[in-house]
Amino acid sequence: MADSGTMTAAMTGPRGPKPKRAFNRTNIMIYGTLIVVALYYALPLYVMIVTSLKGLPEIQMGNIFAPPMEITFEPWVKAWAQACTGINCDGLSRGFWNSVRILIPSLIISVAVASVNGYALSMWKFKGSEVFFGILMIGAFIPYQIMLYPIVILLREAGLYGSLTGLVLVHVAFGMPINTLLFRNYFASIPEELFKAARVDGAGFWAIFFRIMLPMSLPIFVVSLIIQVTGIWNDFLFGVTYISSPDRYPMTVQLNNIVNSVQGVKEYNVNMAATLLTGLVPLVIYFASGKLFVRGIAAGAVKG
Amino acid sequence: MTNSVEIKNLDLSFGAVKVLQNLNLDIGEGEFLVLLGSSGCGKSTLLNCIAGLLEVTDGQIFIKGKNVTWAEPSERGIGMVFQSYALYPQMSVKGNLSFGLKNAKVPKDEIEKRVARAAEILQIEPLLDRKPGALSGGQRQRVAIGRALVRDVDVFLFDEPLSNLDAKLRVDLRVELKRLHNQLQNTMIYVTHDQVEAMTLADRIAVMKGGKIMQLGSPDEIYNQPRNLYVADFIGSPSMNFLEGRLEAGEFKVDDMVMPMNGYEFGAPQTADRPAIIGIRPEHVVTGELVRNAPLQFEVDVDLVEPMGSDTLVYAKLGKHSFRIRMDGQARVRDGEKISIGIDPSRASLFDKSTEDRL
Ligand SMILES: Nc1ncnc2c1ncn2[C@@H]1O[C@H](COP(=O)(O)OP(=O)(O)OP(=O)(O)O)[C@@H](O)[C@H]1O
Ligand SMILES: [Mg+2]
Repeated sequence: MADSGTMTAAMTGPRGPKPKRAFNRTNIMIYGTLIVVALYYALPLYVMIVTSLKGLPEIQMGNIFAPPMEITFEPWVKAWAQACTGINCDGLSRGFWNSVRILIPSLIISVAVASVNGYALSMWKFKGSEVFFGILMIGAFIPYQIMLYPIVILLREAGLYGSLTGLVLVHVAFGMPINTLLFRNYFASIPEELFKAARVDGAGFWAIFFRIMLPMSLPIFVVSLIIQVTGIWNDFLFGVTYISSPDRYPMTVQLNNIVNSVQGVKEYNVNMAATLLTGLVPLVIYFASGKLFVRGIAAGAVKG
Repeated sequence: MTNSVEIKNLDLSFGAVKVLQNLNLDIGEGEFLVLLGSSGCGKSTLLNCIAGLLEVTDGQIFIKGKNVTWAEPSERGIGMVFQSYALYPQMSVKGNLSFGLKNAKVPKDEIEKRVARAAEILQIEPLLDRKPGALSGGQRQRVAIGRALVRDVDVFLFDEPLSNLDAKLRVDLRVELKRLHNQLQNTMIYVTHDQVEAMTLADRIAVMKGGKIMQLGSPDEIYNQPRNLYVADFIGSPSMNFLEGRLEAGEFKVDDMVMPMNGYEFGAPQTADRPAIIGIRPEHVVTGELVRNAPLQFEVDVDLVEPMGSDTLVYAKLGKHSFRIRMDGQARVRDGEKISIGIDPSRASLFDKSTEDRL
């Protein structure tokens, strides 16, 4: 009977979710690519870590991929506290504290100013605000090298050349365009009616900023924070250019001096440890706020 | 009646684009005024000017007799409700309601009192500690209304407050709004492009087009005596039937049909003959038994029938012209049938063809 035939087909035919095979061609391609890329990034890190934990004799045996036969933290201690750069032999610790002293004020000033800039430029448009923004943006596209020397002159005239304060100012200025852009676009994505409602409720410029906008913008603050921390911490060029004395060099410059020092044997394990130490701060920041970072980058989806 | 809001010669331009031009509007104390118009006609812009959220290009705005043209929004004695609710997402409902009062430095116990009263009126007491994200659309809009309510303002401004809600909720809240207005007796200015909202809520409706007020009048006037072709066409659903012809010696002539306009109230005595347009609402056309008593009677060919439950919409041909008729829901009409219809000239509208103004 035709009738019962269709009945069984209806009962035995496909039903529910379509089964997927784990090892189809697409999956193999995707996972293969991902594994290769992951190795490409992870391998150098692995080599650095194992090398930093080996003694010099073991390194000289030549197999850079082998795990350490005897783990030693000696190179880390040396890199932090004893490695010599020029006349100073107190390791990277001095550079670390210099970098911290540069980072903290630069970070606070640049994020604070950029967030208020972005807020004003998106919510309180004034005559010429577009022009102002345009000029600021030009700053983002001019190569640093062009401004390197003019800034030396400016700092010298202001009596700040060679000082940490001078370097802080330079970092704040160079971080301003991109961070302002970031905040402006974020605030522009917040519904205008929210801003209007707050104005009808009698909130002024600062009340709206602190009471309404700030609590909604944690993700974008994290993005800005990460951009600034990595940018400022990893900076080398401004550090060598605007700091005149080795006493005040930031960590990156000091790392360079340790790694490139020509006296004595090349201590690969100390160099690796020093490099890892220098990279630690951005790394910690990434791990601590990675999730928020992704949310901030994908910003715009602010729900009322 | 004293005026609550007066708008005098208001101009507003965005750069070279003139959105509002020489607009004048007086709104009485306790009046419910609806600004009605199609998208982009400047309704929100006008409302934002009254609220002080937009700087006017020229003209003056008075609220309660005080010139507020340069005043901050919070100093104008207005409360505003937005289409997107615009609740502060990180504050609780209570925080949302009290934000404006805190800014105005109202004492704490007074804030408590007013929040409690607003919550009671709007029946949102159980929601006071929730965040807006945990509310439904209807509840959010109630909170938004509450935010205007607690501030004890003279004038409420609504910018399409119901248009984000689903159809049923919209009707419920519409009724509640009307009740709220009866209870509070505040002046309310309400923007919408929904005619049903306009007709049901308004004491007076201002129909806007291209930044100008086309007609200002009671819902009854707007519906029965539209002042020009635009208003006639805009109000009513399904919209008015228009036939082009000539007005000659008190008779309207289309092709070979003659409609003596006995009973039509002309705005001014008509002396000269002129090209004109007659407008007849589909629901003012009578059929069946009633045709015999109608002053004008015609035969039409039925083209298409749309049963809608409560009533039936019939697309027909009157001579060469397509003509819509709204009949009873129980009417049994079939395509291709010939039916007789009756028209009452006193319920029709006549417009001058060149100026498009009501005759
Ligand atoms: N900031 C602005 N800059 C330039 N033009 C604007 C601006 N805001 C509104 N307009 C223009 O002004 C006109 C009126 O806008 P408005 O928002 O008042 O319309 P509306 O009547 O409220 O429409 P809708 O029903 O869609 O809300 C529109 O043509 C719009 O494009
Ligand atoms: Mg609008």
